[in-house]
Amino acid sequence: MNKINAALIGSGNIGTDLLYKALRSDWINPVWMVGIDEASEGLARARDLGLKTTHEGVDGLVPHMREDNIQICFDATSAYVHGENNRKVQAQGSIMIDLTPAAIGPFCVPPVNLKDHVGKRELNVNMVTCGGQATIPMVAAVSRVQLVAYGEIVATVSSRSAGPGTRKNIDEFTQTTSGAVEKVGGARKGKAIIILNPAEPPLMMRDTVHCITEGEPDQAAITESIEAMIKEVQKYVPGYRLKNGPVFDGNRVSVFMEVEGLGDYLPKYAGNLDIMTAAGLRTAEMFAEEIINGTLTLEAASA
Amino acid sequence: MNLSGKEIIIHDMSLRDGMHAKRHQITLDQMVAVASALDEAGVPMIEVTHGDGLAGASVNYGFPAHTDEEYLRAVRPHVKNAKISALLLPGIGTVPELEMAADCGVDTIRVATHCTEADVSEQHITKSRELGLDTVGFLMMSHMVGPEKLIEQAKLMEGYGANCIYVTDSAGYMLPEDVTVRLGAVRDALQPETELGFHGHHNLSLGVINSLAAVEAGANRIDGSAAGMGAGAGNTPLEVFVAVAERMGVETGVDLFKLMDVAEDLIVPMLDQPIRVDRDALTLGYAGVYSSFLLFAKRAQQRYGVSSRDVLVELGKRGMVGGQEDMIEDVAMEMAKAQGAN
Repeated sequence: MNKINAALIGSGNIGTDLLYKALRSDWINPVWMVGIDEASEGLARARDLGLKTTHEGVDGLVPHMREDNIQICFDATSAYVHGENNRKVQAQGSIMIDLTPAAIGPFCVPPVNLKDHVGKRELNVNMVTCGGQATIPMVAAVSRVQLVAYGEIVATVSSRSAGPGTRKNIDEFTQTTSGAVEKVGGARKGKAIIILNPAEPPLMMRDTVHCITEGEPDQAAITESIEAMIKEVQKYVPGYRLKNGPVFDGNRVSVFMEVEGLGDYLPKYAGNLDIMTAAGLRTAEMFAEEIINGTLTLEAASA
Repeated sequence: MNLSGKEIIIHDMSLRDGMHAKRHQITLDQMVAVASALDEAGVPMIEVTHGDGLAGASVNYGFPAHTDEEYLRAVRPHVKNAKISALLLPGIGTVPELEMAADCGVDTIRVATHCTEADVSEQHITKSRELGLDTVGFLMMSHMVGPEKLIEQAKLMEGYGANCIYVTDSAGYMLPEDVTVRLGAVRDALQPETELGFHGHHNLSLGVINSLAAVEAGANRIDGSAAGMGAGAGNTPLEVFVAVAERMGVETGVDLFKLMDVAEDLIVPMLDQPIRVDRDALTLGYAGVYSSFLLFAKRAQQRYGVSSRDVLVELGKRGMVGGQEDMIEDVAMEMAKAQGAN
């Protein structure tokens, strides 16, 4: 089958985990891996796996994009450089899947709104954050049953799985996630909290979702909706599980999730990597399918 | 212990850490009354924020009676001499809330991270310094690591621009020699002009002696609360500490009798429950668990019929850190399921 050639920008935790998943894709063919540190482990792994690599950032990739027919780029760098990266690759006619919290383009949380992006000719979509991918499906599962006046998520990740980009720009995590709890999750007001836990051995990613519903929650319908949504997420992250709940306490609905990864790059505790990279890849695959069947044709954006 | 002639800065926590003990329900009138009286007693620094810092208002930590902004704007005009500080935990609060606090007239921002995660504080410490504020890096749960790690993390915060570093005993777990070793090591590693502080909890009744050990090791800022009002068994009871400091010849600049009156006449009547080393608070200190988990564990006991002490011990075993209040209900549900299965 035809595959669409892709470049992975960023050779940290997210970029490297994404690389392993992309290599298994039926729709995406990862060709380039882009870093900024010659000694980066991610670049070394990419080279071993047969990818072309550069440690000169996006500028090292751009001259090769046409000849290698790169039509999809993933950005797993940081919110601060994403805008510049986006401009450069779009000038070469590539779609951008944004895995930073920059959120220039519309949010995408696959089980909730991937289909909304079909046929829209969007050239940049944003994958929110790992915490957003793990929790917004649950907020949406409640809000599709009943109005959610307030949605709050608490994402806890092991310290080892939070790279320097996340740490340096932690505000972007909370701001982008809370925005998407509203825009995609459907909560009238959203809030996000992130906790880094350094325990050894590392703890599995945990995500707690609290919704305050308008009026008394319809327990049976909400429980059913949550169970159905979990199955949707499990299609691309099999280790996405309900650990406890739903708890109903007045108008509060709380669910306690656990996300076990596939252990592609970091071990299985780092489900935060998987849920992000699997969602990004699933989104890219939808665009690849559109390109292959001819419903989406790309041209260079005017720079 | 000879501390005679040392000068220290006392920082009152009753209107921030005390918010935990009050389930964040302190009224604006109470805030203003306590802050004015502390100011009048010569307490040089007063913290005013949700117990979990700026933007702590949440299902997870509790919704306060008023917003941080309402509290800060109410208190500021009534405090003439003391500096007012606000706490911020990266991951909960963000730079816009810090800017809001600065606009309300706070003098000091304290940026708190778990003792191994100082590198999440760069954005906030940098911004606070940019705004010209007294900027503190606050390393929580410092009992969980040794002096080498604390030095590394303290220097990160100092490097971002913090002019004062706190070693914080959030669980009230440290013994005096733990304090001596950690604060001594951090003191030696920091620039001489960088200040050093200690924040204790009284879960093992060591708040006062640990604070003295901190002063001996080179700390010049000491946190405590009038009448101890704070999370767990409370903070170092400030009036007791000031009395002891005075007897030892340590200069605090605080009027002891006026401070005693704040504790007795204003704080104690506000309390919903006595601040004391009850079975659960003692468990926090014994097992090394974050002090603000106390009331949540008691609520979990009521709702799920499990022992709050067992819940706290389990949270300690799992290495839970500050801010993981959601895991209290989670653990309680698991324990309830296991009990049901037996």
